[in-house]
Amino acid sequence: MKITLGPLPYFWEKKIVMDFYQSAADSDVDIIYLGETVCSKRRQLNLDDWLGLAHNLKEAGKQVVLSTLALIEAESELNALYRLCETAAKHGCLVEANDMAAVNILSKLQHPYVAGPALNIYNAHSLELLANTGCIRWVPPLELSKDAIRDIMQAATSPVETELFAYGHMTLAYSARCYTARAHNLPKDQCQFICLQHPAGMKATSQDGQELFTLNGIQTQSGKCLNLLNQWQEIRATGIQLIRLAPESRTVLELVTNLKSAKESDLSTVTPYLAHHCNGYWNRLAGMELHT
Amino acid sequence: MELVCPAGSLPAFKAAVEAGADAIYIGFKDNTNARHFAGLNFDDRKARQALDLARQKGVKLFVAINTYAQQREWHRWQSAVDQAVAIGADALIAADMSVMEYAHTNHPELALHLSVQGSATNIGALEFYVRQFNIKRAVLPRVLSLKQVKQVASSNVVDVEVFGFGSLCIMAEGRCYLSSYITGESPNTQGVCSPARFVEWRETGQHLESRLNNVVIDRYRADEKAGYPTLCKGRFDVDGHRYHALEEPTSLNTLEILPELQAAGVKAVKIEGRQRSPAYVSQVVSVWRQALDELRQSPERYTTHHQWMQALQSLSEGSQTTLGAYSRPWQ
Repeated sequence: MKITLGPLPYFWEKKIVMDFYQSAADSDVDIIYLGETVCSKRRQLNLDDWLGLAHNLKEAGKQVVLSTLALIEAESELNALYRLCETAAKHGCLVEANDMAAVNILSKLQHPYVAGPALNIYNAHSLELLANTGCIRWVPPLELSKDAIRDIMQAATSPVETELFAYGHMTLAYSARCYTARAHNLPKDQCQFICLQHPAGMKATSQDGQELFTLNGIQTQSGKCLNLLNQWQEIRATGIQLIRLAPESRTVLELVTNLKSAKESDLSTVTPYLAHHCNGYWNRLAGMELHT
Repeated sequence: MELVCPAGSLPAFKAAVEAGADAIYIGFKDNTNARHFAGLNFDDRKARQALDLARQKGVKLFVAINTYAQQREWHRWQSAVDQAVAIGADALIAADMSVMEYAHTNHPELALHLSVQGSATNIGALEFYVRQFNIKRAVLPRVLSLKQVKQVASSNVVDVEVFGFGSLCIMAEGRCYLSSYITGESPNTQGVCSPARFVEWRETGQHLESRLNNVVIDRYRADEKAGYPTLCKGRFDVDGHRYHALEEPTSLNTLEILPELQAAGVKAVKIEGRQRSPAYVSQVVSVWRQALDELRQSPERYTTHHQWMQALQSLSEGSQTTLGAYSRPWQ
């Protein structure tokens, strides 16, 4: 089972991003997803910067995948998506499609792609259909249980790899509205890139103090952090080939090391469960629940 | 522009017909549609009665099969498509690729509309659905600004339908798991959002508290009007401030931008609310019928009437309406 780092969910200064991926290059991660998936205004790194990073990471022996924006509204965003897909195809770099527009472009370019978690694949028929358009790997929608994922894998006949999002705050929704700007009383069009002040998003808690959501620009993420790492043996037994962690902080790279050594010595515990962890979806419960 | 109206029951269907709907959309009595609420929707017999009525009055009937089919239950979605064809529906509103593929392959004569739950927000995504399934219309998610709606509609990739009035989803529809995160049941999987069986009201002495699966969504003082605890309309604490962190309880109302939607080439406007009463449907549809008739008669003289706005406001969540994402400052 390969270990992957998903795309960066938060808006960080360029130097921090570069330093982070320098460390990732030296880590035990097998595959790294790069690119901006949340907001087209987050441009600390442009496409050339990402391609440069991709080059360095490939040199370090990592497979690199370029991830696309998940919510595409403006014409300029669609144009940027075309540019990304065409460039990736030219460089022979795999792309993670996070919107059907990306699927449309990549299928026309006949360039293989990963179906990201924001594409709605709830059954094997849909997965097969995408496999016929060039999908070689899929990340199941986050709300699917282990049983539902297993059912799809067993029914699918195309050789599509399955990658499970197993650690990090889950993206629960995408909106036209920027909640970070709203929290600062700023209009989205004059947001002052306020996300830079929140490298781990902003917590939205219920009136009795329960951490419910994490506001991350136009994304609403889970308040709790998904932790399926201690179930890695069960995940592997399901036939899942890749396990994904979200690069939320440098700590994630330590978890990668822990996971790697747990795999090598066949130990179940990668990281102890904490009060802010959850794993409900996998266990057919509400997403926020923790089943230990 | 075609006026597409909701009906969750035969009486609501009749009300929509009488109030001037051009087309009415319904769902079957299971989780194949995104308003899978207790006591709502149509069995085969009721659906056929609705169709008879529609045919008599020259109204179109659309069937929404717009949730996502999980592997083990896929046959139910398949049967629902066959059933929609059997009763003679004028169009199928679908979101799941597998459902569209099944319909396109087995019932190529049936018009396919991409549901708002299909989450297609741009012409690239729409082109995919046209190429793959030959969809005839797409309902746009409520995340686009008016300018963006114009761009999509004028591209002529596919006919466009937009939401005109009703409860306001503020997330890209079809890609929102807030409800399953808290309750385990989501629009995509179960056809529900913030389901009623998880709702609880508590008197705390100082407040009336609304809870969803034991999570506090809001607390109301005696002088405040309490609303249904839809997750995205709760009051939460962010950075020391307590406010509607995502959105206030409010309804979408686009009457004032109707001429612009028409000029942009939008082919249909949709009224949300299959969960609403026949009386609600009747009142809302009547207002929209008048507005669309006046718009057709003289687009240049069209203006919203005070009584229309007042009628709609009184039927709205929190008694207030918004243009939502159509208006850039809202975003």
